[in-house]
Amino acid sequence: MSTAASLHQSRKRKNAVMMALCVIAAGIGLAWLALILGALIYKGLSGVSLSVFTQMTPPPGDAGGLLNAIYGSIIMTIIGIVVGTPIGVLAGTYMAEYGRFSRLTTVVRFINDILLSAPSIIVGLFVYELMVRPMGHFSAIAGAVALSILVIPVVVRTTEDMLNLVPNALREAGTAIGAPRWVVIRSVAYRAALSGIVTGILLAIARISGETAPLLFTALNNQFWSSNLNAPMASLPVTIFQFALSPYEEWQQLAWTGALIITLTVLGLSIFARSLTGRREDR
Amino acid sequence: MTAVSEAVTSSALRAREATVRRFAFTDMVFRAATRASAILVLVLLGGVAISLVAGSWEALSKFGLNFLTTEAWNPVTENFGALAPIYGTVVTSAIAIIIAVPIGIGIAVFLTELCPRPLRRPIGIAVELLAGIPSIIYGIWGLFVFAPFLQTTIQPFIINIFHSVPGLNSLFAGPPYGIGLLTSSLILAIMVLPFITSITKDVFDTVPAVLKESAYGIGCTTWEVTRRVVIPYTRVGIMGGVMLGLGRALGETMAVTFVIGNAHRISASLFAPGTTISATIANEFTEADGALYTSSLVALGLILFIITFIILAIARYMLLRIDSRTGA
Repeated sequence: MSTAASLHQSRKRKNAVMMALCVIAAGIGLAWLALILGALIYKGLSGVSLSVFTQMTPPPGDAGGLLNAIYGSIIMTIIGIVVGTPIGVLAGTYMAEYGRFSRLTTVVRFINDILLSAPSIIVGLFVYELMVRPMGHFSAIAGAVALSILVIPVVVRTTEDMLNLVPNALREAGTAIGAPRWVVIRSVAYRAALSGIVTGILLAIARISGETAPLLFTALNNQFWSSNLNAPMASLPVTIFQFALSPYEEWQQLAWTGALIITLTVLGLSIFARSLTGRREDR
Repeated sequence: MTAVSEAVTSSALRAREATVRRFAFTDMVFRAATRASAILVLVLLGGVAISLVAGSWEALSKFGLNFLTTEAWNPVTENFGALAPIYGTVVTSAIAIIIAVPIGIGIAVFLTELCPRPLRRPIGIAVELLAGIPSIIYGIWGLFVFAPFLQTTIQPFIINIFHSVPGLNSLFAGPPYGIGLLTSSLILAIMVLPFITSITKDVFDTVPAVLKESAYGIGCTTWEVTRRVVIPYTRVGIMGGVMLGLGRALGETMAVTFVIGNAHRISASLFAPGTTISATIANEFTEADGALYTSSLVALGLILFIITFIILAIARYMLLRIDSRTGA
């Protein structure tokens, strides 16, 4: 009886210890998030001023802003999304609608999942070999293509998942009134899956707006204002990379401010994207 | 009278046929467009592989398999070997996974078994937000906040403890730079934690409630249910999540580039600066002069591509097995 009681006690104690460790693990996870965000806000906020958004990146030792870097990031992100999204949505449509049970879909899904987590620096090398080397110089358009390659797998995945959630009865109703397949997809399936597909696109924007590695040797960087897509273009992440590793205090401060801007943008986009699908789940 | 109605029906029929033909045509076009896009995804991966092989051909044909076993990395004499970056990549990723897996599983257990229901979703989202933070943010934080902290507090402390313990004293040998292999590993651990956590949580949710309830019913504690029922049932899925995290860690570039120190040598000490494949490429690619130098860097990229491809393929295969079992 006493051994049974002590066994019971030791089991309970072991359980308490392990569960406490799990709580500590969760605490560690949340503490990291708080630490990183805290440091970012603390270091970044002190450099936020109007000049960050109105002035060009300065030469070493001078005050300035991040205007050309922000502009470059926005331009390349927009082109990346505009190029990548249609391809991603169409590929996802094939996988969920026309070829739901085909062998091609299984293969594409597998390869797409690998592309989804493939190192982005590899994509940078690929676009370097594909565009920069033949063209002979770095260019914003090469950077945008590299970003679009990162957009495609994200959009393919969410589009396929969301279209698969659309009830077949809806499609059958469309077909029953004589609508051809592509009209059913366009007017019924897309419409039913719209918020999910938009979420995918927002997540893709969030992903590429912070990407540095694929831009390092495609768009390179540019100290000056440039809207020429055929020339090197500054971007926020690459500027942060360059400025943070520099010995100049003004540059390091701008790097922190830029990091804060990117993080707030990315977190804002992710939270907004989640709220779109979150409402879906609640409904 | 009949002639008129025949004319009307035949013209209606013709219009109908034309419409059907138009529908069939646009449908064919749309189908072809979607199919081409799907095939493009395959072409992309193939293109990546081909371009990397083509770009690294010069280095690979000059150094052959010695490229994999040479530690030297000398742009002046144009002698390149991948051993030091491969070593750095494998060691930092391995340590990161060893740290992140228990914490990730712990968080997943917390979220599925312990956490009060209203807090589950917010905490789950918070952990997943960690995954969304761009890697350059981890890099700048690691360089300016984390590395100085390690340098002034943790590292001297550890060096002092272990300096007379054989084995460990070379593993934790000074001086404390702050940056180095261990710092990179810790940053990587933070970065892969959300991936491992969210996948582990998802596969934990696939355990049938009946299984857990019957274990609770015979008097098991929460820990015993987790250890004896939930983890064995989801082992393959957890391994898939771990592999996915490993793939991320192996290829992670910017965060590591900030804090690794970029030193092309293999040192026993985890506090010493080192380098990884991705950090070497990021640091040196734009400055590489000479075709052989560039080609050697692309060859490093090819090695990274092959390693991550294999790891990610294993990860997906394992996660697919979990999916097919639950019929999800």
